[in-house]
Amino acid sequence: MTNSHGPGKYLGVVVGGSLSRGVDVRLDAQSQVEEMALGQHVVIQGSSRRFFGVITDIALESSDESLRGSPPDLSNPIVAQVVANTATYATLRVLPMLALEGALAAVDGPTPAKTVPSHFAPVHLASEEDIQMVFGAEDHRHFWVGNPLDMETRVCLDLEEFVKRSNGVFGKSGTGKSFLTRLLLVGILQKSAAVNLVFDMESEYGWMGTSEGAGMVKGIKQLFPSQVSVFSLDDEHSRRRGVSPDYLIRVGYNQITPEDVELLRETLGLSEVAADAAYNLAGHFGQDRWLRSFLELGGQDLRDLASAINVNERALSTLHNRLGRLRRFHFITERESEESVEEILRNLDRGIHVVVEFGRYRHELSAYMLVANLLTRRIHDRYVRRKEEAMGDSSREPRPLVITIEEAHRFLSPSIASQTTFGNIAREMRKYNVTLLVVDQRPSGIEEEVMSQLGTKLSCLLDNERDVDAVTAGVSGARELRSVLSKLESKQQSLIFGHSVPMPIVVRVRDYGTNESYRELGFREASEIRREMERDASDLFGGR
Amino acid sequence: MAVDETRLGEVVETTTTGFWAQCYRLYEAPALGALVRTGGPYPAYAVVHHVSTQGIDASRRPVARGADAATEQDVYLSNPQLSQLLRTEFQAVVVGHSVEGDPRYHLPPSPPPIYAFVYACGPEEIRRFTSNVAFLRPLATSGIAALEEVVAACLSLAAQAQSDSNGFLVEAGKQLMGILPGEFRRVEAILQRATR
Repeated sequence: MTNSHGPGKYLGVVVGGSLSRGVDVRLDAQSQVEEMALGQHVVIQGSSRRFFGVITDIALESSDESLRGSPPDLSNPIVAQVVANTATYATLRVLPMLALEGALAAVDGPTPAKTVPSHFAPVHLASEEDIQMVFGAEDHRHFWVGNPLDMETRVCLDLEEFVKRSNGVFGKSGTGKSFLTRLLLVGILQKSAAVNLVFDMESEYGWMGTSEGAGMVKGIKQLFPSQVSVFSLDDEHSRRRGVSPDYLIRVGYNQITPEDVELLRETLGLSEVAADAAYNLAGHFGQDRWLRSFLELGGQDLRDLASAINVNERALSTLHNRLGRLRRFHFITERESEESVEEILRNLDRGIHVVVEFGRYRHELSAYMLVANLLTRRIHDRYVRRKEEAMGDSSREPRPLVITIEEAHRFLSPSIASQTTFGNIAREMRKYNVTLLVVDQRPSGIEEEVMSQLGTKLSCLLDNERDVDAVTAGVSGARELRSVLSKLESKQQSLIFGHSVPMPIVVRVRDYGTNESYRELGFREASEIRREMERDASDLFGGR
Repeated sequence: MAVDETRLGEVVETTTTGFWAQCYRLYEAPALGALVRTGGPYPAYAVVHHVSTQGIDASRRPVARGADAATEQDVYLSNPQLSQLLRTEFQAVVVGHSVEGDPRYHLPPSPPPIYAFVYACGPEEIRRFTSNVAFLRPLATSGIAALEEVVAACLSLAAQAQSDSNGFLVEAGKQLMGILPGEFRRVEAILQRATR
């Protein structure tokens, strides 16, 4: 088979290996080992098919053991040149990921590699064309997320596939998680793959976010004002920032359920007994009034109540104490109808993306968790009902919804993931057209089953052993991915693997924050829009 | 009749892999590691690896004659018969042959016959034959004594004939690494000597 395009730089030949470990490539004398990098893509030309693989290890070898003990006399240039690449040489470990089979490759695209190339198959660095063939060009469903290292080719995510499953964005703090998440939100918005509901803890997605190094960057509301609504819990804070939220969210005591308390158990520092007492209280006072009535009690009444509902007195008093903290949250009112939820749903139905900002409560984890859980539970319930009512009639099904949550391990920790709505959404996948975009810096805190259900994982640098384990668990070639993951640069680099990319790839995440990047993402300045409108008007009515 | 300048002697003992040649003149053997060519139906190229000078009658060792002589030269001048009673021989290992002037880097079908003439190779012939370092394989695997010295001497002489001596030595070194796997120290010793 001949290639229609030029191959990349020649690296060497396959000299051994296996499919599970990866094949060993002896580096040619012309190739400098120092120019190789973990995660680079290579193409191996087998006799009947081409293989697409990734470099997972680089090793220095010597054919003579004595060289380790006493290095040769390198002051003699002839000896130095002879020893290079004969007695000493470098090998690459390449994991074959995809195979392109002969003439069918153009039609079928690459398939997962189920065998290895034969001995001495030549190996080249992947060229721009190779990358493009594997990762697809930008189109109505492919969104450009970044470029492979040292290349200008665009790596695209298949967003239609992406939103069908829950996905995760991971990385240590300060490695560009928010940056990447913002891009994904824009992508989903731009390709209309789904509607977003973002629980924006740090107020960095909707209106104006910060980016390390780049200062302030535009949020998605600024880029696409007509397609995004900002809901806020704290209008004062929003006004201070010069933002007028589209809607103010209020939560009523009547809406808070014992399940919400269960979720907040760790955050509020409640014992299991104390958290369980909430169920007794709901049974005693009624679902609607339990919290209000309970918080109004004091002293003797509390002790009487404890014996009446048969709950440990100390536990009940702790619960009373801790739930009392909710009074500080000004967005909680006596009684609320379901209007906030209805308004969010109305927006989502119209294809308007919703960002929920927390204002001054952004450092209150319990506020964030309470509101996110409370709203998500209701929205999820509605989606389930509507999906079931549609009974397979796809025209009546609700729009696919992607819910973005930060600090996800708080919602999805092993102790509570089985009980929260978020846990359910992560597990049942696309059945009800609702999926999660999980953003977290501590993936080891997320329940294993939830992690295994994530379709696509985008991970920035992680260096905690357990976090790396959690992200790569259950993925084929996990060991190789681990080494790639812990060697990422701390900024603007991400390893993407899973459902919506054909093979794992390390990308330099696309720029976000410059005027050019905004324009590339489809943003137009008001003056530009006005000019266009004037031009349209003159085309229509005839200019002077 | 005057002997050809480059004619060194004649083959006196012959085998598939090497031969003994006797020099026409006492002490005028080619240098260690030098490339020579024989006559005969399959002209063989060989590398000199052993030189000896002794009495023509192996059972009689020469006796000392210089007790009254002032210099070593005088001993030979005052005993002109010595050049007939002593002989210089050299042993060479066959590293290839030539077919109608084209070098071949494997052994000839039959060894040079006894009394085949042996010629010294000129710079151009050396350059031509050693431009392919494949000639090193029969030499380096021959099991001769002082192998490292012989190979080093041969490379040193060949490098002088090549226009890019260093490039030639690097290429030869890499070839030796392949011929002597896991014996980097020997190759290193050879190269050290060849570049000295």
